[in-house]
Amino acid sequence: MIDNLKLLFVFAPTINVQLILDGIFIGAVFALSAYGLALVWGVMNVKNLAQGDFVILGGYIAFAMFPPLHHSGLSTWVIIPIIIMVTMAVMFVLGAIAYRLIIKRVIHQDMFTSLLATFGLSLLMQQVMNLIFGPEVQVIDAELPVLTAFDGFVTIPVIKVVSLVMALVLAIGVVVLMKTSRTGQAIRATAQNARAARVLGIDTDRIYSFTFSLNAAICGAAGVLVAMIWVIQPFYGITYSVRSFAIVTAAGLGNFPAVIGSGFGLGLIEQYTGIILGAEYQGAAAVVMLLLVLIWRQFKLRRNRQVMR
Amino acid sequence: MLRDKKAKTIMLYLSILIVAVAGPLILPQYTQQMAVLWVMVLMASTWDLLGGQMGYNSLGNITFFGAGMYVSAIVQISMFYDVGDYTSAFGAIKPVFTAQQYYMGLYLGIIVAGFASAVLALLFGTFMFGLRGPYFAIGTLGIAVAAGQLTGTIDYIGGGSGISMPFFPGAIAIRSLFFYGFCFVIAASAHFVLRGLYASQFGLAINAIRDDEDKAEAMGIPTLLYKQIGWAITAFFMGCIGAVFGNMVGFIEPVEVAFPTATFGIFMVAMALLGGKGTLWGPVIGAVLFHVVKELTWTLLLGWQWVALGLILIVNIVYFQEGLLGWFARKYPDKSCEEKPHE
Repeated sequence: MIDNLKLLFVFAPTINVQLILDGIFIGAVFALSAYGLALVWGVMNVKNLAQGDFVILGGYIAFAMFPPLHHSGLSTWVIIPIIIMVTMAVMFVLGAIAYRLIIKRVIHQDMFTSLLATFGLSLLMQQVMNLIFGPEVQVIDAELPVLTAFDGFVTIPVIKVVSLVMALVLAIGVVVLMKTSRTGQAIRATAQNARAARVLGIDTDRIYSFTFSLNAAICGAAGVLVAMIWVIQPFYGITYSVRSFAIVTAAGLGNFPAVIGSGFGLGLIEQYTGIILGAEYQGAAAVVMLLLVLIWRQFKLRRNRQVMR
Repeated sequence: MLRDKKAKTIMLYLSILIVAVAGPLILPQYTQQMAVLWVMVLMASTWDLLGGQMGYNSLGNITFFGAGMYVSAIVQISMFYDVGDYTSAFGAIKPVFTAQQYYMGLYLGIIVAGFASAVLALLFGTFMFGLRGPYFAIGTLGIAVAAGQLTGTIDYIGGGSGISMPFFPGAIAIRSLFFYGFCFVIAASAHFVLRGLYASQFGLAINAIRDDEDKAEAMGIPTLLYKQIGWAITAFFMGCIGAVFGNMVGFIEPVEVAFPTATFGIFMVAMALLGGKGTLWGPVIGAVLFHVVKELTWTLLLGWQWVALGLILIVNIVYFQEGLLGWFARKYPDKSCEEKPHE
């Protein structure tokens, strides 16, 4: 561990540049899925444990679409936006179906029920993906060039830059939708007070349905980026769920800039844990962070004799 | 009337005992399945102590199962060999345990595993019980996932490749009966301990915590202490059964066997809900039913069994929350002798 720290700060400080860049690239994906979770949590008060599986499913939809599009001779620059848009559309529809069949029934029950129901959904999705795509680790090779800097010490695959830009565009799009559109206004009204929103003629059921589907679409887009810059596997979803929960719990609900910031923060923490403690600890980093955040927040509350509800 | 009821209860226990003893003798090829059934009965019943009776829905009780498994493995091996050598020299040398060494290690391992898990629960309780409702569920799930991943990084206890447990010194047929007996005895003692607890002041106190924790605290109930003791009792039995299960399977490994969050970790909740949470018998009935359905889907829908199980889970949680006993109590309020479940 000391050797690793020495490596980082004495022998090869340029590795830090690499780590920070990778942290930002992957953090953008975490921020996207956490943003979706914050949306669903804040508006519908549903804690979606299937969040990570939506991400992975989005990745698999892209994975299934990429080879035929690639063989048709289209440029990668055209293919990537097409894939993201189609995946988002498909995930939007799947999200609406999941809402109709499951979420709608648990939304007014206690929150443990919704947690458990989405956990069941998560198991179901994992197994269906496992049956359809097999348990192998998959990746989309977009065949874009790799840039290097600092005499080859730092590598920047262009695809990661593209994914960062896509994530930013998507995030801005969602924020603009929430702030300016009529639907966004209705969503915010429902989040503040669902009963009053109903009285004022907002069809809250439709708003819930739209919110959940939007979340699924955002996760799907994040999944496309994951499949292109990292790897996907049917059972990797739970780690994305845990990360989303860690980020949202750390940032607090409704605080969207903080959600984005925590997303990048978690990306950086994971990269540094991986290099300092070793790669086997990288997977545990997110869940340990979640526990630390929960413990820290409830110790703060305990001073005022309050608890986390 | 009262004597009548008592006689009925004794008859019920006697018939269960007869079935439990006769089961493996009549169908010896299913002995291990029946042992797993008792494990599941215990898991669902002890989950219900917190989830049903106390209102704290834990998704991480499986942590104590795995902890017990590993603690017992360490105790059993370290009494006669160095654990690091044993796990790293796996296969190169065949460590031999005499019958006396084996049984001594096993009994001691089970007891130490139970107490170690209980201490772990007391420790977790100091900071976990400040979380309520869904936060408690997420936090305990986090503990279980973290436990699985961190255990995989410790080379001393085999890391991700696991530990192969000492060989049973007797014959194979005796072996499965031996562990079946252990599972049954531990599950039955857990049942009677819970039964005694629910009938006592402890049961009233934890029900008060479930119904309104703030008021319970205002009435002078030391809520944190009760919650910690409740969790420690759960953990004790989970640790013991984990130790037995590890030896029964013969090979332990962090993700699939010791800390199976996505299978047993969620099954125990589903079983308690299926039978009806907040009742003594609900989790038992739920566990039996769930196990039978699970084994049927395994044989009938090979390949799709997990999908079917996920569907059953969702349908159970979304459409059948009240559980069998809850449904029975609502349908026939006068006939149900069981205490009414929590609304």
